[in-house]
Amino acid sequence: MAVLRKYLPHLVLALGAVPMLLPFYWMFLTSIRSPSEIFDVSLWPIPQHLDAAQNYARAASQVPMLRFMLNGVIVCGGILIVQVLTAVPAAYALAKLKFPARRLMMTLIIAALCVPMQALALPLFVGLAKTNLLNTYFAMMAPFFLSVFAIFLFHQSFRSYPDEVIEAARMDGFSEMEICWRLVLRGSLPSLAAFAVFSLVAHWNDLYWPMIVVTDTNLAPPPLGMLFFADVESGANYGALMAGAAIITAPMVICFLFARRHFIAGITMTGVK
Amino acid sequence: MQPQSLEILGVEKSFGADNVLKSIDLSIRPGEFLSLVGMSGCGKSTLLRIIAGLETPDRGTVSISNRDVTDVDPSERNLAMVFQSYALYPHMTVRENIATPLRMRRLSFAARLPLIGRMIAPAETLQEIAASVKEAADTLQIGHLLDRKPAQLSGGQRQRVALARALVRQPAAFLMDEPLSNLDAKLRAHMREELTGLHRRLGATFIYVTHDQIEAMTMSDRIALMSDGGIEQLGTPDDLYQRPASLTVARFIGTPTINLLPVEIGVAGRITAFGEELGLEAAPKTAGPATTSGPATLGLRAEDLRPAADGLAARVVRSETYGADRFVTCELVQDPAVRIVMRQHAGEGLPGGADATLRLGFDAQRAHLFGADGRRLDVSARARVPA
Repeated sequence: MAVLRKYLPHLVLALGAVPMLLPFYWMFLTSIRSPSEIFDVSLWPIPQHLDAAQNYARAASQVPMLRFMLNGVIVCGGILIVQVLTAVPAAYALAKLKFPARRLMMTLIIAALCVPMQALALPLFVGLAKTNLLNTYFAMMAPFFLSVFAIFLFHQSFRSYPDEVIEAARMDGFSEMEICWRLVLRGSLPSLAAFAVFSLVAHWNDLYWPMIVVTDTNLAPPPLGMLFFADVESGANYGALMAGAAIITAPMVICFLFARRHFIAGITMTGVK
Repeated sequence: MQPQSLEILGVEKSFGADNVLKSIDLSIRPGEFLSLVGMSGCGKSTLLRIIAGLETPDRGTVSISNRDVTDVDPSERNLAMVFQSYALYPHMTVRENIATPLRMRRLSFAARLPLIGRMIAPAETLQEIAASVKEAADTLQIGHLLDRKPAQLSGGQRQRVALARALVRQPAAFLMDEPLSNLDAKLRAHMREELTGLHRRLGATFIYVTHDQIEAMTMSDRIALMSDGGIEQLGTPDDLYQRPASLTVARFIGTPTINLLPVEIGVAGRITAFGEELGLEAAPKTAGPATTSGPATLGLRAEDLRPAADGLAARVVRSETYGADRFVTCELVQDPAVRIVMRQHAGEGLPGGADATLRLGFDAQRAHLFGADGRRLDVSARARVPA
């Protein structure tokens, strides 16, 4: 009984993890199989013909995979930096400063959380087209520069920072910006890590917006590159396609594993699930 | 640094409809240890925060050594504050915590930046800061803790770090907001002693906020007792204890709480309780109506009461001996709801033992009389007219 009580939760969690991990496993399995086995439903990890080398070589040589990855890094990095630079002071002001209409602002932010990206796509596209900014990195990044989600997440975390420490800092001569960046954000590193993972994963995997504003292969981030790849191959070689998918997924998995502890602390601390 | 004086003139503050401070005037002498004491919500912390510059008064001015600082930033007032939660910077070591006020004042923005700052900062200034930090740490005997983080310290140690951080900047005055209330009773008594020692050594101006009248009584040169947004009485601890200006002050100061007796002021100021003559006479007011007749309250300290041949009859309810002292709780025979505590030496016998009836005597000059409005009235012995 005691044994059951001890291991039952783990068993349930493990069962829950299976459907989450299965697509990744399948992707990896397909990426090392030969074309003849692609439609085989067996989950046996060792294929009859190990085509891993061919598939990965093909994925790497057929399209400028490195270029796509670099594009992804530029776009995701750019978005993340501007998001943090704007959201942190906004969240600090909302959480710790007194000013008129603060509650109204907070309400607007929560309301803005409910607006889907797709609703804004058309005006943004028209705006970017009019200003001749289509087919630039800027076009891929600009709509995401101001993240209400980031403001909300940081606000939740900053709110719990002790007021007396902020007051002590004011008496010691810290400016508000120094308090915000050097003390309050310093105390919320788990939230920063959590937000970085959310933001990087979301924009690394985003296909929708780059597809709208970018037609130049040289600017394509990984998922859009994969799409071009599929087109080039007329969608026939799934093994190579999955090898490409495995390559572009890898950085995200590594990124999460590194930030895992902070990430989990960040979301449990702020109550965002 | 020379001790500085502080002047507070007509300071008012409201939060919404809540009138927290109602026109406060207070002048604090250079080098004085002044306590602001009162119940929670009386406005004492708000007043301290206004002095610190963390709140802006709606009206009135704050001056430090005759310089008006009402609109000056907190950091420019050169005041140091010790907070109830100590408010140490959690990610910094003790050394960095103590150095911070000096770094902020003496180093440029660029020199304060992490990594590059170290290369730009003038070595001489850094050495001076290190020396000041060491001196402050030695004063408070925390030299061995300098490389720890606040989370690794006990409450008492954090308290010392907070004091060292205040000390290091040699402020015009120290502001303390209930600094001892998070410590256990034994450590609190010890830190009380250390704080008074520190005050004596530094000769600096201290403004100390507390809700604990014992802290205020034992440490202060003067106490400002606040109630309901105003200063009820300002004076030495002795003044407040011996001559409370109002019922509020009398109730707040002293352990056990002062005994209060409902009395009646009759014709010619004669004072009676439950129809019994007490041998006291309320002095005629110097201004206003000549006599103050009507209901009033008589305050009697536990140590001023003694069993006597005549006086109010009381029944002993409980007797507790604390080593040298004994506290005898009685209820009045006329009204058992009125409880009176009498303090005796443990050596003195209790007449009749427990459950006995006795009569309570006291000296007229030790009695405190408060009118219906709660203000102090003068009282004197009255020659007893034979009935």
